[in-house]
Amino acid sequence: MKALHIGRVAVVLTVGALALSACGTDNVVPPSNGGAGAKTTGSSVTGTLTGTGATSVSAAMDAWMAGFQAANPNAKVQYSPEGSGAGRKALIAGAVQFAGSDAFLKDDELTASQAKCGTDGAINVPWYISPIAVAFNVPGVTDLKLDASTIAKIFRGEIKNWNDPAIKASNADAKLPDLAITPVHRSDNSGTTQNFTDYLGAAATSVWTDKASGDWPTALPGENAKGTSGVVKTVTETAGAITYADDSAITGSLGKAELKVGDSYVPVSAEAASKAVDQAKLVEGRNPNDLSLQLDRTTTVAGAYPAVLVSYGVFCSTYKDAATVDLVKAFGAFALSEAGQQEATSAAKSAPLSAALAAKAQAAVKSISVAK
Amino acid sequence: MFSGAALGAGALIVAVLFAVAVFLIVQAMPTFFAPAADITGGNGFFAYIFPIVIGTLIAAAIALLIATPIGVAVALFISHYAPRKLARGLGYVVDLLAAIPSVVYGAWGASFLASQLQVPYQWLADNLGWIPIFAGPASNTGKTILTAGIVLAVMVLPIIASMTREIFLQTPMLHQEAALALGATRWEMIRMAVLPFSRGGIISAVMLGLGRALGETMAVALVLSSGPLIASLIRSGNQTIAAEIALDFPEAFGLRMHELIAAGLVLFVITLAVNMVARWIINRHKEFSGAN
Repeated sequence: MKALHIGRVAVVLTVGALALSACGTDNVVPPSNGGAGAKTTGSSVTGTLTGTGATSVSAAMDAWMAGFQAANPNAKVQYSPEGSGAGRKALIAGAVQFAGSDAFLKDDELTASQAKCGTDGAINVPWYISPIAVAFNVPGVTDLKLDASTIAKIFRGEIKNWNDPAIKASNADAKLPDLAITPVHRSDNSGTTQNFTDYLGAAATSVWTDKASGDWPTALPGENAKGTSGVVKTVTETAGAITYADDSAITGSLGKAELKVGDSYVPVSAEAASKAVDQAKLVEGRNPNDLSLQLDRTTTVAGAYPAVLVSYGVFCSTYKDAATVDLVKAFGAFALSEAGQQEATSAAKSAPLSAALAAKAQAAVKSISVAK
Repeated sequence: MFSGAALGAGALIVAVLFAVAVFLIVQAMPTFFAPAADITGGNGFFAYIFPIVIGTLIAAAIALLIATPIGVAVALFISHYAPRKLARGLGYVVDLLAAIPSVVYGAWGASFLASQLQVPYQWLADNLGWIPIFAGPASNTGKTILTAGIVLAVMVLPIIASMTREIFLQTPMLHQEAALALGATRWEMIRMAVLPFSRGGIISAVMLGLGRALGETMAVALVLSSGPLIASLIRSGNQTIAAEIALDFPEAFGLRMHELIAAGLVLFVITLAVNMVARWIINRHKEFSGAN
């Protein structure tokens, strides 16, 4: 009987251990960096800023929160990366004071935001730029020049081999091997996919017929992997593979393609990405303080790299109480300041906003006021 | 006092299960009333969920096909063949396998196992490609449903091995000695006395393993290069419900979120059904076990 008991206990323990270890990744709650010796003031509401939204900015956001709270020990910023859509929804519902989003608010969302944000609604302020590199693993080849339609054909499986004439045409010097191409894309929903497919759709209209979306079109052939690190790892291990990923995540051995812009080819870099964002036009018919950017993916400006991800901070144009306004303004100004952008660059290896755009964004944040 | 606490604990479990079910159903509802064109894929919820249900079942089936015989063999070795000292050490090692977090298995599968399997897959495609499940062209990364199934098998193995080991150890010594006294070899004794006695236990161990294989999220999400439903096990393709939810939930919004919760509801129902079938089988076999 005793043996039976021990057996039972062992089974229970085993099962318990299994149940525990079966938990995968829960949402990682960013460290709410209280800062040493931070004192909450009497009315803590005024000192706490809450935001939610895009996962793409979470690394930069952690840096901003830490930096901001170090400078303002009585203020506290919380950000939960629950996704761009969830962030916009929460802001419109008035559940948070700001949202992070990989896409600016659509017109109907702007209208809906008027209920909580006053008659001017919410404003979109770009605060995070990340260049998307096209990275490949072809033995013996480190540089490739590709135009958008060739890239689109590669990712659609229409160009199947690295020695295809279409690739050779623009890379006369490269020793392209007879090797099958394995396109690798993200298996999870991502802002990178959203912006990369948007780029392909705009710059290779006739080839890329799918809508821009955070989910890769399932009908296309190719392999996939989870997260930026997943695709980069898969490509690193697979000869002949190609993928798109945040430039900062591309490691040593992989080559990065130069994109055809106008008549020349532009290598990926933070400066080139900022330059492309500078070419963007403002979306028309919006609040003058709204900086929703219509990225020009087909730009021909020399030295601009059009495959970029722009993430926005979404704020209300007016808040009900002055304390919140001060807090939002202070935090926005910090994130957009040179120091803030520098912190994001070192934490997330993003591209800093150009001085001109940062000035505009600063002005937009400054316009936030108390509701009358 | 004690009976009250026990009753409370029992009621709590039922209440939690019920609350989860209610949450799933309520949150999944919008999916069932949404126009078919709005559902991912554009053809309604059934067309969306069917391929990933099949993918889930394929992955779990591969895992059990591999893990069951190995798990039972490991358990038999520990309980009846290995010297006492070795058996104890081996038992601990098997239990340790169960304690490794699934994300570690996933990382191992994605960054080591998959690339190792690429060559065998190529061979399968070249030589056995006429069998639909080995149809080429083989994946260049090795991140296929078969790899996911193999990783799941490794994860399920300790459940099956340690549960069946405990059950084998409980086989009445009298039965075993009687069989040996009749002149049976050790293997014959196991067949006549141990296995019949343990049949129900083996089945429940396998079902518990199946539960884990069905619900495993992280390992599959990391290992599998997902895609549409295909018969071939060595090409990239197929997807499981748990991995789909894990991959898309962080950015899911509006109807998409309800869709994923509906997918979770389907998985919940499948798991419940599996457990009920398991109970039924165990009850049916109780009377025939060698114990009586």
